Amino acid sequence: MKIKDDNYMKWFRLLAFVVILLTSVACLFPLLLIISASLTQNEAIIRDGYNLIPTVFSLEGYKTVFRFPEQVLRAYGITGFATVTGTLLGLFFMTMAGYVLQRKDFKYRNFFAFMIYFTTLFGGGLVPWYILLTKYLKLTDTYTVLIFPGLMTPFLIILMKNFIRSAVPDEVIESAKIDGANDFTIYSRIVLHLSMPGIATVGLFLALQYWNDWFTSSLFINDTNMYQLQYYLYNVINAMSFVAQMGAGTGVSIGDLPTESTKMAMAIIVTGPILFLYPFVQRYFVKGLTIGAVKG
Amino acid sequence: MQRKSGLLKELVVNRLLFLMLLPTVLFFLINSYTPMVGIYYAFTRFDFNTSLFNSQFVGLQNFEFLWKSGVLARLTFNTIGYNLAFILLGNVLAIALAVLISELRLKWFKKLTQSIMFLPYFVSFVILSVIVYNMFNYESGFLNTFLAKLGAEPLDIYNMPWIWIFLIIIFYLWKNIGYSMVIYLASITGISEEYYEAAKIDGANIFQRIWYITIPMLKTTFVMLLLFALGSIMKGQFDLFYQLVGNNGMLYNTTDILDTYVYRSLKVTFDIGMSTAAGLYQSLFGFILIMTVNAIIKKINDEYALF
Repeated sequence: MKIKDDNYMKWFRLLAFVVILLTSVACLFPLLLIISASLTQNEAIIRDGYNLIPTVFSLEGYKTVFRFPEQVLRAYGITGFATVTGTLLGLFFMTMAGYVLQRKDFKYRNFFAFMIYFTTLFGGGLVPWYILLTKYLKLTDTYTVLIFPGLMTPFLIILMKNFIRSAVPDEVIESAKIDGANDFTIYSRIVLHLSMPGIATVGLFLALQYWNDWFTSSLFINDTNMYQLQYYLYNVINAMSFVAQMGAGTGVSIGDLPTESTKMAMAIIVTGPILFLYPFVQRYFVKGLTIGAVKG
Repeated sequence: MQRKSGLLKELVVNRLLFLMLLPTVLFFLINSYTPMVGIYYAFTRFDFNTSLFNSQFVGLQNFEFLWKSGVLARLTFNTIGYNLAFILLGNVLAIALAVLISELRLKWFKKLTQSIMFLPYFVSFVILSVIVYNMFNYESGFLNTFLAKLGAEPLDIYNMPWIWIFLIIIFYLWKNIGYSMVIYLASITGISEEYYEAAKIDGANIFQRIWYITIPMLKTTFVMLLLFALGSIMKGQFDLFYQLVGNNGMLYNTTDILDTYVYRSLKVTFDIGMSTAAGLYQSLFGFILIMTVNAIIKKINDEYALF
């Protein structure tokens, strides 16, 4: 019996190894295509098409992007600003909310928790929200609109609440209260310190959401100088006029610019920070998913 | 009177707690609850120059148009169809991958492949549109380059509406499979080793161990993820569809979902009444669905209920 089992096991491990390897390759493949294209000479792309390995190696795509760097850098700056501000503000509000909502002695916690949760069940829809923000709150082309709508989500608040509940024992809060600390002091001195790993997780989810946001720009930003990075890229890819945009006033004609390789180089430049940070931060996401999956 | 003084007392005693919750409550009031008033647009012929309640009331005319033109039926079919495919394929694949990866012995290989499979989740949807352009554009796309090497005819993917059904599902899986796999893998890691050892002593082989121990132990996670997903079955993956298909009218029949329709009506045709009506339909239909699902689950097994 034992021998037979080991025999199965060997084949099963081999199968698992092959399947996992192939899936990983498939996951990586599209990204490799872009990296390769960004390093290929433009003429070669037009002549031979996109390939997995650059047919003629060239850095001209990157060089073109940085020949007129103002637009990209500005978009970088705007997205960076929105990401940092939005993440910090959102974290501040959500940690406070999470802390209050997990306090068992807070009588109305269920009412408020439901008020937040209900928004995932029913809503007014995109259009009334759009009209509220543009017509009544007049947020078109403001920095506020890049930050405000993404500040918090019900999912992240629930995640935060669960984190705090598991990280801060009730007794700690109780004894701090007896020592005369008020609720905000307990929050800022004790709760924040104890739930740092959870805060990192929620913060990274939030930051990722801000960094990858293109939707807000597409709805609320008309001024091309205020486009978020992703939406800027989106326009570069889609609008053929991007050459005119990039080379505006420099007297460069369309024929001179390596459009294909530049698009791909731009995509890599936009994704760069995420690819770079990913190895260091992914464990926080994994942690968030496993705790967030616990119902609460 | 008694209740009111109770609330007042709470407000005074716990004023700091209320204050700390205030930004969040305000946020949801402004961002989520106020727009609900605008549902009224669905029953009007919109005029940007007048205020909400001065717009001309037209009753159910917008809904009638959406229904009679067949738009609503098509959008509902597409939205639910895609979501069912996402949920079923996504979960089955994620479970399979999680089971396979959990049986591997090489630690570095496990870690590396898990990271790679999770990576697409972090890539923005705009990059996804770059990927699709890179792979499928007619002149220089990777696919046609590859076909040319084989001596085959190039394919004009953008003129083949049926193929987008598969492309959308494949890219959904590409983006999300790592996410659900990580959740399932965590559940598998949580299963006590004793079960497996006992099964081994009883002579169960690897397939039996997976089928009779691992799979049943994943049931809770599976049902929870399933119910969570069913709750939002009327909400499409807007980013995915829009970045893959965009404003390519050729493909609407097979790829248009409620979210893309509402967005387009707002951005392109600026048909406020109509798009609010479609949005309201989506919201209400989804709400009724989730309430029904939750009621049924409560009857069957209270533990799994969403609320």
